[in-house]
Amino acid sequence: MLGRAIREQPRIFAVAVTGSVLFGLMVIASAFVVGRVVGKVVVPAVARGSVATGTLALAAAALFGISVLRVVGIFGRRLGAGYMQYRLQAAYRRRVTRRYLDLPLAWHHRNATGTLLSNANSDVEAAWYPIAPLPFAVGTVVMLVGAVVSLFLTDWALALVGLAVFPALFALNVVYSRRMAPRQARAQRLRAEVSGIAHESFDGALVVKTMGREAQETARFAARAGELRDALISVGKLRGVFDPMLETLPSLGTLAVLVVGALRLRQGAIDVTELVSVAFLFTVLAFPVRAIGWVLAELPRSVAGWDRVRRVLDATGEMPYGNTTLDPATPTPATLAFHDVHFGYEPAEAHLPGTEVLGEVTFTVPAGKTVALVGPTGAGKSTIASLAVRLVDPHSGAVTVDGVDVRELAAASLASTVALVAQVPFVFDDTVRANIALDRPGIGDEEVWAALRLAEADGFVAALPDGLDTVVGERGTSLSGGQRQRLTLARALAGRPRLLVLDDATSAVDPRVEAAILAGLRAPDDGVAPASILVVAYRRATIALADEVIYVEHGRVVARGTHPELLATVPGYADLVTAYEQAEQEREQTRTYDEVTPLTSGLEVEVDR
Amino acid sequence: MSASVEAAPPAEATESTWRTLRRGLALSPELRTGLAGTVALALVYMVGRVAVPVAVQRGIDHGIVGGLDLDVVSLTVVVTAAVLVVTTTCGYLMMRRLFTVSETALAGVRTRAFRHVHDLSMLHQQSERRGSLVSRVTSDVDQITQFLQWGGVILIVNLGQLVVTTAVMLAYSWQLTLVVLVAFAPAVLVIRLLQRRLAGAYGLVRQRMGTLLGTIGESVVGAPVIRAYGIAGRTARRLDAAIEGQRQAQQKAIRISIMGSSVGELAAGLALAGVVVVGVNLGVDRTLSIGQLTAFLFLVTLFIQPVQIATEVLNEAQNAIAGWRRVLDVLDVAPDVADPGEQGRELPPGPLDIRFAGVTFAYPGGPPVLHGVTLDIPAKSRVAVVGETGSGKTTFAKLLTRLMDPTEGEVLLSGVSLRQVRFDSLRSRVVMVPQDGFLFDTTVGENVRFARPELTDAQLTAAFVELGLADWLDGLPAGLDTPVGERGEALSVGERQLVALARAYVADPDLLVLDEATSAVDPATEVRLQRTLDAVTRGRTTLAIAHRLSTAQAADEVIVVDRGRIVQRGPHDELLRDPDSVYALLYASWLEQTR
Repeated sequence: MLGRAIREQPRIFAVAVTGSVLFGLMVIASAFVVGRVVGKVVVPAVARGSVATGTLALAAAALFGISVLRVVGIFGRRLGAGYMQYRLQAAYRRRVTRRYLDLPLAWHHRNATGTLLSNANSDVEAAWYPIAPLPFAVGTVVMLVGAVVSLFLTDWALALVGLAVFPALFALNVVYSRRMAPRQARAQRLRAEVSGIAHESFDGALVVKTMGREAQETARFAARAGELRDALISVGKLRGVFDPMLETLPSLGTLAVLVVGALRLRQGAIDVTELVSVAFLFTVLAFPVRAIGWVLAELPRSVAGWDRVRRVLDATGEMPYGNTTLDPATPTPATLAFHDVHFGYEPAEAHLPGTEVLGEVTFTVPAGKTVALVGPTGAGKSTIASLAVRLVDPHSGAVTVDGVDVRELAAASLASTVALVAQVPFVFDDTVRANIALDRPGIGDEEVWAALRLAEADGFVAALPDGLDTVVGERGTSLSGGQRQRLTLARALAGRPRLLVLDDATSAVDPRVEAAILAGLRAPDDGVAPASILVVAYRRATIALADEVIYVEHGRVVARGTHPELLATVPGYADLVTAYEQAEQEREQTRTYDEVTPLTSGLEVEVDR
Repeated sequence: MSASVEAAPPAEATESTWRTLRRGLALSPELRTGLAGTVALALVYMVGRVAVPVAVQRGIDHGIVGGLDLDVVSLTVVVTAAVLVVTTTCGYLMMRRLFTVSETALAGVRTRAFRHVHDLSMLHQQSERRGSLVSRVTSDVDQITQFLQWGGVILIVNLGQLVVTTAVMLAYSWQLTLVVLVAFAPAVLVIRLLQRRLAGAYGLVRQRMGTLLGTIGESVVGAPVIRAYGIAGRTARRLDAAIEGQRQAQQKAIRISIMGSSVGELAAGLALAGVVVVGVNLGVDRTLSIGQLTAFLFLVTLFIQPVQIATEVLNEAQNAIAGWRRVLDVLDVAPDVADPGEQGRELPPGPLDIRFAGVTFAYPGGPPVLHGVTLDIPAKSRVAVVGETGSGKTTFAKLLTRLMDPTEGEVLLSGVSLRQVRFDSLRSRVVMVPQDGFLFDTTVGENVRFARPELTDAQLTAAFVELGLADWLDGLPAGLDTPVGERGEALSVGERQLVALARAYVADPDLLVLDEATSAVDPATEVRLQRTLDAVTRGRTTLAIAHRLSTAQAADEVIVVDRGRIVQRGPHDELLRDPDSVYALLYASWLEQTR
């Protein structure tokens, strides 16, 4: 992974490493300069009792000069490392989000929204986090090697002290990281879980509130937050054990240098200059060596993040588009056909059976015709709608538009031919105009208004504070359910699709408004050919407009024909569409039987309180 | 559903760091637990940092330069080593105490903020982006704990080191100390200036991060729309722009940060050079020993480290403080629809009647949605509220369940003003089924049990049977144990409504408010549900917001709302007598739709 990072950003990495190495060498140099200053300038001056101005100025200049070079090193290292880290993060965020756009909805269904968000955000960040300190680590290694070499050049006995201390420091660091890794991983996992609970609980805030379950939800959250707290305390305690030890070890090394140095001084093997240099070296090296430990500690988190990022990048099952283009010169309604389509969602949990949602579904929406899809709740109507616009692909069988399998169609051709208005409207947090035009070519304000008119949404949009420029969506002006539905309907209509799929898309719209919309769809005013329409519907008026009705139950097409035909021959269908009438009739009858005790209107009943 | 494209720039309060800390400490007094002991331990720990330079000074002055004396050197070293063992132990104890106290306190803050978000009114919850509320109890608190675990200790230890080092330097030579301070003074000033710019830069990073998260969220949640409309290219461009914007902000921040550490480094070089020049002169004058001068050179590096680390850590500190401030800000929002708590009243037992007394309601900054509505609904009656989209009928449901308070007037249940009713009483007696019946990512059974955790599976099954939904339940792959998926998305919209209805049904309320609760259910099922609901809610008050007029036909009384006013009320048949009335028109259109 680190190799990949270097391959992708070689130049900036070189800058960072050069800076870091320069910094490391200057750290060693500073120790020896300090030693020389003490040994060759301070001691003689004090001994002589007079100051040699030239030498002193040189010493001061050397000390300051080394600082300047260190600054250059820091600049190169931190700027290079930072830029490298951010560029890699950005590059991988682009790649991950591209995968989101490419992978099929089935894949999206299998992955929780929160997971996908953190894959693109914190996981990418974690994966490339150690990149920033990497050049630093390289520089530190160079620094360590340089230090040991210079120690040997100075005195073998002092070098042995260094060889004892620095590897011990490094080993301690490794043990520290090993023990820290599982604790960090646990804390990270719990953080995600705490976040998941908060997300879900706030998403369902209305239900929590109306059912008065705030205390229980808080308890659920507090339990997990408590686990996280314990995990973090355990991380902290481990840190408490190792951090002070890591800090003390180099100090002990310096003390050893004093003892050994004094011995060697007596033997005449070294002088004061060298003793001070080595002692100083131990002091200045302690910090970088400890910092390496921080990098090592972050590695497991980074590897875990990288694994999760990989999972997205390596996910397969894209729904590649074909190359066939359908768009005829003059827009004419399209023909939609299902040929023996089978479909099933993958089970949410492995032990559950994967249920087949649709089987042997065969039907046609002829060009320019309106076909109504009717069936009880949970019969598979929305799945049929998704298949028709190729949000999902069938397990077997085929869906064709104008005789071409939708899997062979080019993306642009498919999108400009068919349009789905979903049951639950999705509104982008953007202006009304952007929500409808979606930057599609050829959709200007005029087309937007025309679509809004057709969707009976022009009235309320005109009344919005900024008209088409009003921002709607989560942070914008809030719209009612019916208004949202009409916006998404206008979005579909603006693209002048040749096949329109309405998945109960007017359920929150008042009957009167709905009737007007449907009439408009059937006979657009500006001479445009009406689209073929597949409409999931319950209302009889909607169904009555259809040229043909397809009745589905349990994922199978049970009957097809005109509304009167089905009404006469299919009991299940008749029960469904005449439910309101039957209910009313029953009420009439009850009323007749209850003549003696007429059903009291609430107004007349005085409450006995 | 919707998603945000652009996050609001986080309102960076100008409140000072100290004020935030004071507020934070006031809120979590447990943070002070054993603080004195922890500080004492930290001080001892810091002594370890200056032990080595002192040992070097003593070793050089008394054992090396003035004639070698190994005994003095050995003694110095042994004593110093013993001191280090003590200080290391204190370091361990200090961190142990610090982490235990701070993590415990912050877990408390996290949980309190979570509860507080739930206590905020629906209006307030909706005015915030959902994601930003979540980050109040997640990433903002994480930022504080992460800071405490990393930067916090470093900051405390280094600030202490600065103090202790300065003290030791002063003990050796005030002149040299002055040199060091003079060398660092300009750096400190520059760093302070940079700090301010850095705070701005980090603010921009957070803001761009918010934008980025919003854009990614939109591309994930809106995946079906993006696919259906073939707008992957457009979405990719927006994502790229957000990703690039965030990167630019990060790079700007790091540039400023590097300038800070460079200035510190230069100051250190300046200080070293100054100490040597002045120190040699002092040495010549015999006011300073060679060991002291050497120790000073060590001490200067001990002085540099904290200054440099502080510039890094202070940035983290600022982020943590900003996170803390955001958490505190949420906690400071007084819930505008507050639970009267202990002082509150219980709803009287038995069926509830409803009274709206001159109720006017307007959303903040908007025109009134309801205009002075006065209304009495007797107990045990079944009432339907009908009206066109935007007429204000949903507002009824929200006021009745006290999701919002009226702008003027009041709502009373059995004579008790809702504002005085304790929430536990209100929520157990009044239950609403919203149109979007949110389901939790668990099983069908657990979702229904949400209202009453004590129910057994048999009782849950019985509830579905009573509602006439036994067939539907049997058709599920694993019955009550069928997972519903995130937000219930493994079920169809209509099925979600069925579960939400069952959930409200088992809650056994005295007033049931249905806000288009069956809008996505097929007519046959709806009629069946209606019938069973009629049976099982007999003896309670029900108010149904309906756009399917079948509900209105079945109700004891219909209330017709038009442009925020009640224009008609009475039984279905009576209302129809006037053929030009709002209701008659609505009904005619309904008939046209369903026949």
